[in-house]
Amino acid sequence: MGGFVSRGFKGRRRPAAGQAKLPPGQYAEPGFPVLTAGPTPRIDLADWRFRIEGLVAKPREWTWEEIHDLPPSSFEGDIHCVTRWSKLATSFAGVSVDTLLDAVEPRPEASHVVAFCYGGYSTNLPLDDVRGGKAWVVWEHEGAPLPPEHGGPARLLVPHLYFWKSAKWVAGLRLLDHDAPGFWESLGYHNRGDPWREERYWGD
Amino acid sequence: MGRLSWRLAEVAEVRPETERVATLALEVPGWDGHLPGQHLDVRLTAEDGYTAERAYSIASAPDERRVELAVERLDDGEVSPYLTEELRQGDQLELRGPVGGYFVWEPGRGGPLLLVAGGSGVVPLMAMLRHRAATGSQVPARLLYSSRSLDDVIFREELERLAAAGDGLTVTHALTRAQPPGWTGYARRIDAAMLEEVGWRPGERPLAYVCGPTRLVEAVAGQLVALGHDPARVRTERFGPTGVP
Repeated sequence: MGGFVSRGFKGRRRPAAGQAKLPPGQYAEPGFPVLTAGPTPRIDLADWRFRIEGLVAKPREWTWEEIHDLPPSSFEGDIHCVTRWSKLATSFAGVSVDTLLDAVEPRPEASHVVAFCYGGYSTNLPLDDVRGGKAWVVWEHEGAPLPPEHGGPARLLVPHLYFWKSAKWVAGLRLLDHDAPGFWESLGYHNRGDPWREERYWGD
Repeated sequence: MGRLSWRLAEVAEVRPETERVATLALEVPGWDGHLPGQHLDVRLTAEDGYTAERAYSIASAPDERRVELAVERLDDGEVSPYLTEELRQGDQLELRGPVGGYFVWEPGRGGPLLLVAGGSGVVPLMAMLRHRAATGSQVPARLLYSSRSLDDVIFREELERLAAAGDGLTVTHALTRAQPPGWTGYARRIDAAMLEEVGWRPGERPLAYVCGPTRLVEAVAGQLVALGHDPARVRTERFGPTGVP
């Protein structure tokens, strides 16, 4: 479709510096939109657990207190939603997924993870996309407790992929030796979701 | 499924719905159809190659020949002012889709249906109601639709016609900011009491679709669950200044 021009469309140019930080097809959004497929689950912190299971030597569960006792880790940077907004220079705090995986000792054959959630949502990722300093379980956003509509008490944070991979209300990770498409990945959205390659939908 | 490729549609008609909302009727060669509730992506390209993309819900039923979008003009928007004010009959528009496989309804999915809309969130629900009517579906359906004023109600006359058809659809309006003289309907935001009065009882296991601004969607979905509805039968879609779904 090269060469097509929308008659009369001028567009709103952004400062070059901001533009350079945006993946293709994205725009900078000052707010923090809420996108969810169903009701926001309300989770009592006393009942909250985070569990890692599947192909690990030592499956285990953390309570809210226990996970807070782990070494803290934070992220500062940009997030990108497949619906085209990006939020630049934001921050989250929690624990690195590396810390959690170290505790459970993934088996060598583990190649993928499924993040499962309160409320039934799930998303799949290659194991390499959640280790090596690339993923967190977070409960703070810009210095305040993560609100329920944004995934609180805690959500997965995988900022180098489209934000549907950063599963809200995360309850755990299941390590597998194969890929297993999650909720949106079964409904037309890309299996990996790299915003810099604009992997939005099946076949992108 | 193959890649969703960009295609050129032709604008067959731009039809004002309200002061801020216009329907774009598009001829889309090779369109493979869609499910009511799905959206599509629109891409605008300026002469220097600069592009802007946004997603819009499809308002038309798959039974119709043209693909229709209903776009709300956002004063600080980049794409919606172009679509609602600049675009005219005969112009071309680049799009790809349909997208989204969860916030969708077809008669085979059953009911009863509870549709709750705020503002332009009515658009994907309208596709469902139009499809329901076009297929002669008797699935009982109730639409609860919140608007600022009567003039802001999108598809007002068509909704009246659909509700008058006597095929099991009721339409209830809530006007939150201004009401015409003699208005006897709801004059407040949608709340739990309204959902109880208008909606189905939890025991009737309705299939609920809620679409609108975040505050409305979060509140209504939470209230439905608190009233005893199965969270797994409440589907939500945010709709507003920062896109779908």
